[in-house]
Amino acid sequence: MTMSIKVRYFASLKESLGRSEDDLEFTGPVTVKDIWCRANVGKPAPDNLLAAVNMEYVDWNSVVRDGDEVAFFPPVTGG
Amino acid sequence: MAVKIYAQGFDPWQEVQAYQNAARQMAGKFGATNVFIGTMRDFNEGDDVKSMHLEHYPGMTEKQLEKIIAEARRQWSVIDALVVHRVGEILPNEPIVLVVVWASHRGDAFDASRYIMEALKSKAPFWKKEALLSEDQRWVEKNTDGYKRE
Repeated sequence: MTMSIKVRYFASLKESLGRSEDDLEFTGPVTVKDIWCRANVGKPAPDNLLAAVNMEYVDWNSVVRDGDEVAFFPPVTGG
Repeated sequence: MAVKIYAQGFDPWQEVQAYQNAARQMAGKFGATNVFIGTMRDFNEGDDVKSMHLEHYPGMTEKQLEKIIAEARRQWSVIDALVVHRVGEILPNEPIVLVVVWASHRGDAFDASRYIMEALKSKAPFWKKEALLSEDQRWVEKNTDGYKRE
């Protein structure tokens, strides 16, 4: 089965990658880390980068499902 | 309980008054209201700051703020809470964030609002980019720990 995953990037990460999102397709189970590696081949994730799936914080070994929205972003600086 | 994200400037005092007036079920129940307002400074890390752009992750921001308020309500006896946060272009002296907690007693109001503010600083997906007087622009890299004494 093919899975469609939307990937979003924010703030300084979005600027350094030069794009705000990717639409990826996978077959078989994938983790957040797999998604980073496929979307950003050869680019190690910056230190302290945070990940979310469907707007909840997750760790990088979390499994992602068809239709999920994955987001990567730097430490938050609101308030 | 309410979470509001504004792309335009807001008057925090008006927000407190309007929310309190509308929440009629609170009348007579609360003995303590704690108000925290975060305002933009014109300096940061030794540099003059001209303006700031605040980016957020729509949807996740609200979801995380609602979770933070729910956790505060679990830990303290809170009657109601309001969080308002700016996004977009912000100038010095403009309010960035408002946290209000209504409780029967001051201990709960103080502690719950402190918790909400500190959790917002570390979990709510907002990012600040500063425009300096020197014309340089820079992303704020991380928030400081509000409990740490300078």
